[in-house]
Amino acid sequence: MPAIKSPALAALLALTALGLLALLLSVAVGSVSISLQDLWAVASGGGSDLHRELIMSLRAPRALAAFSTGGLLALAGALMQVLLRNPLADPYVLGISGGAAVGALGAMLIGGGLALVSGSAFAGALLSTLLVFGLAQGGGGWTPTRLLLTGVVVAAGWGAVITFMLTMSPADRLPGMLYWLMGDLSYARAPYAAWLVMILAVLLTLPLGRSLNVLARGPLQAAALGIAVKPLEWLVYVLASLLTAVAVTTAGSVGFVGLIVPHMLRLQLGNDQRIILPASVLAGGTLLTVADTLARTVMAPEQLPVGVITALLGVPTFLFLLHRNR
Amino acid sequence: MAVLDIEHLVIDIPGRGDGDPLSLQVESGQRWGVLGPNGAGKTTVLHTLAGLRAPRRGRVVLNGTPLTHLSRREVARQLAVVFQERQDSFPATVMETVLIGRHPFLSAWQRESAEDIRLAHEALSAVSLTLLEDRLVSTLSGGERQRVSIATALTQQPTIWLADEPTNHLDLHHQVAVMALLNQQADNGAAVFMCLHDLNLAARWCDHLLLLYPDGECCSGPAEAMLVPEALERLYDQKLVVAHVNGAPVFVPG
Repeated sequence: MPAIKSPALAALLALTALGLLALLLSVAVGSVSISLQDLWAVASGGGSDLHRELIMSLRAPRALAAFSTGGLLALAGALMQVLLRNPLADPYVLGISGGAAVGALGAMLIGGGLALVSGSAFAGALLSTLLVFGLAQGGGGWTPTRLLLTGVVVAAGWGAVITFMLTMSPADRLPGMLYWLMGDLSYARAPYAAWLVMILAVLLTLPLGRSLNVLARGPLQAAALGIAVKPLEWLVYVLASLLTAVAVTTAGSVGFVGLIVPHMLRLQLGNDQRIILPASVLAGGTLLTVADTLARTVMAPEQLPVGVITALLGVPTFLFLLHRNR
Repeated sequence: MAVLDIEHLVIDIPGRGDGDPLSLQVESGQRWGVLGPNGAGKTTVLHTLAGLRAPRRGRVVLNGTPLTHLSRREVARQLAVVFQERQDSFPATVMETVLIGRHPFLSAWQRESAEDIRLAHEALSAVSLTLLEDRLVSTLSGGERQRVSIATALTQQPTIWLADEPTNHLDLHHQVAVMALLNQQADNGAAVFMCLHDLNLAARWCDHLLLLYPDGECCSGPAEAMLVPEALERLYDQKLVVAHVNGAPVFVPG
């Protein structure tokens, strides 16, 4: 609507600028800082070998992986909140991260390499999605409440399996597992698939924005206003699950981004999904990029799990915004 | 031709066996009222006519095409529903809420045009909510929210109105204002079909009535023929006294 259109567009532009800035910062900062001049040199094909190596094989892939993970999680969270019409929903509420964690930790337990860990995480995420959806079907069709309850219970089940695995695992594997559970980007290397999924998801959800606004008013009102409710809910569910699966496969179960980013944006920009969905991608990506830069620099050479930083940054910011908005 | 043709409709009403098959024709300009005690199935009938639930048997034909052959979007371009219950999971302003009435007319990439905004403003002014247009719906009173729902349907510019208790939560003045508004919609050629729990509103504003008895029996026809005290007493299982005010019957519980 025109009244909020231009501020909203301005917000999207500002978020894009912030995102680029965060990516730039993330590439420049670290054990060896790289000046803007040197960055430019590398970008235009020159620069020293050390800088080239550092940027092209380490920092840029990691920064891009962080951005896409954050973007995917925030978008998945925004979609889940509309689908379940529940502000407490996040990408993990339906047990997707639990399934992925069981897959990933299982692979770590048997000493599997990076590829096996990622592959099992993805398989676990999809398995959990199918399991929850199958169980939620029950006798009649599924409803958001039923889906939510099934997901929460399945997630609790995965939680028990995860605790069991942690108890059983040898001490030298524990830190790796805990890092995975809190979200960790140190092993993220090839963010291209995640970026592709993220861009496709944005293109797919942009024209759905107004339909999702209508869906947020409840299924009956949505149907009365011309929405084919079931197909739309299906699409949103499958899409949000896929986005979450790709995100946890990239970086483990980074918490918090998917729940809080959409809410922060709603507090600032209102609840028009046409704005909130793309803004979530930008803000989620920016938040995780900044958080990961901090995670690998504040206690260098020690690296912190990025999930710790997202929570430390996000909790006070969110509480401040919530407090300011009555 | 009837805009809404209801053919041998049998509806599953929870906890009850088969009722009479329901057949009736709603034509443009008519104002239908559905009367019946709590739980008789007024809302269920209304939702079935809107295509929001499938009947067990029979069918509903909208302007010559069976509802089942139309997409939700095609239905929403002709028919608006005012629900008795609303769900506001996320905050939205009054203006945003009313504007979603334009949804069935906009393509996926299209934004609301100045014309859509104008229709929304007109609708808000018709229910005297202009001053509240920037307020969050969650901060409004029940009666104000009811008027937001009516304004949303108005923005949809329907040729058929299905309204479930449109006067719910409204004070006397706004009850009359909303009934007058629906009346005017009918004068302009829309068909109005509404569930009412207030017998006297139905007697004053409806020209046709559908009575739904608790045992599944139903009968329908012109209002004068249906407003028989004996039938109404059986309908509500309540003694009634009929008074006449300005020549019109007024029903008071006896």
